[in-house]
Amino acid sequence: METGRVTAAVTRAPQRKRPVKIRINHLIKRFRSLVAIDDVSLEIEEGTFFAIVGPSGCGKTTMLRILGGLETVTSGEVEIAEPAPGRPQYSMIFQGDSIFPWMTVWQNAAYGLRMRKAPKEETEAAVAHWLERTGLTPYSRLYPHQLSGGMRQRVSIARAFANDPEVLLMDEPFSALDEQNRTILQQELLRIWEVDKKTVMFITHSVDEAVTLADKIMVMTASPGRTKTIIDVGLERPRNVLELRNDPRYGRIVYGIWGHLKDEVERARL
Amino acid sequence: MSAQDRLEIGAQSGVAASAADVVDIGETQRLAARRRERLMSIASPVGLLLAWEIAARLGVIDVRFFPAPTSIIAELIRLAQSGELIENVLISLQRITLGFLLGGIPAVVIGIVMGISRPVRALVDPLIVATFPIPKSAILPFILLIFGLGEMSKVVMVAIGVFFPVAINSTAGVLQISQIYLDVGKSFKASRWDTFRTIALPGALPFVMTGIKLGAGLALILIAVAEMVGAKSGIGYMIWSAWETFSVAKMYVGLFVIALIGFAVSFLLREVERWVIRWKPDV
Repeated sequence: METGRVTAAVTRAPQRKRPVKIRINHLIKRFRSLVAIDDVSLEIEEGTFFAIVGPSGCGKTTMLRILGGLETVTSGEVEIAEPAPGRPQYSMIFQGDSIFPWMTVWQNAAYGLRMRKAPKEETEAAVAHWLERTGLTPYSRLYPHQLSGGMRQRVSIARAFANDPEVLLMDEPFSALDEQNRTILQQELLRIWEVDKKTVMFITHSVDEAVTLADKIMVMTASPGRTKTIIDVGLERPRNVLELRNDPRYGRIVYGIWGHLKDEVERARL
Repeated sequence: MSAQDRLEIGAQSGVAASAADVVDIGETQRLAARRRERLMSIASPVGLLLAWEIAARLGVIDVRFFPAPTSIIAELIRLAQSGELIENVLISLQRITLGFLLGGIPAVVIGIVMGISRPVRALVDPLIVATFPIPKSAILPFILLIFGLGEMSKVVMVAIGVFFPVAINSTAGVLQISQIYLDVGKSFKASRWDTFRTIALPGALPFVMTGIKLGAGLALILIAVAEMVGAKSGIGYMIWSAWETFSVAKMYVGLFVIALIGFAVSFLLREVERWVIRWKPDV
């Protein structure tokens, strides 16, 4: 299998051994007779921004939802490292509108902290901090319908980061946005993330987005979803979304991934 | 129109007002038409009352059945001054309020729990489906039998009337909540109680309010019926006793006042709704 070869290439890359935060071991997920995920294994080390790309229907979102406890496994194991006491294991950022329309921006951002009964002062400090970092402070008392789609997704990001989890699970968070908003939010996510580098698993169907944001990219095959290859992006940080596009290495990596993906996309269309 | 649009229009109106006079003839015509319509909607009831008054004075209609509006107003003033009217209105309002609480609060809780939990829905839904079609006024004798002629029977009648629309709408309200919000709750480890408090209840509120407004209409019908049959006080009792003593003007006063209560309640509920679901555009 091709996977083995590529994984070997990855391990050749110079790396310090860091603790594994997410481990998926021979994961299989079936919906009735349909095999969505077929024997996927991976390890994500602490501080890695790990992206998964694949054609639609390859089970990438299902895999994230399994990690987030929203789906069960058919067989195999998934494991997220135990968090430090008092901290949550993970927070999710969802595709599309997921912030509560009946809560203000502030209340939305505070949701995770309030659900885990964090002390009031901690909640207030964390929310204030993350609203500031996502540029939402002036809007903290508004309701979501008063915000644009891009602003609403910022709230979703603030909600996940304010919860201060061990790992972040992001499910195509920008796919519902227009291209300009998407670019802006990618840059903001980079800026926020590069400060404390939490472990991230990021699902996307956009190769550009994956290369822009991630340290490592797993390409999945079309249904049933398998690991096609795992690629080390190797672009230094901090990154600038615009400058990256002008970087020849960026184009080479994107081109390389498309090479892996092309057949799969065609297969998915059948 | 969204709140944002409203905001924008609000911000621009200072400029737009002066420009509209010169430029937008269509707009001024529309405004004039709306003024005309408002005038017409006042003119029709006023005209009817006027015709009624004249017809009564000329003896065209039988004042035993249709006493002149002025004599009804005189009766209203007399009843208000004697305290009889206020007393009856207050006791009816008290019954409606207590009935609303007694029927409405369990209805919201049961309705929302039915929306969240499939097993509960499977258990309770048949009971509601089976009992809902029974006309509530038809069970009045039964209620009188159980609760007697005291206050409780009237309160229970209102409670039963309020319960059904509120419960049914609360369930529907939860079921229309988009799955993603429940996923968010789950991913943030919201407890059952937190899911109810922070997702199901607020998400269902627009529907709950619709149920409450429907319930208010039913409550008014039922309180009038219940007081006519099994009470010695209240606005329904007042109307019924007026008919028994053939004080027709008093009967009209009762009808007018109960209509007024209905109007006030629906106004109040609209304001409550506006405040409770202020997060929603288009309310």
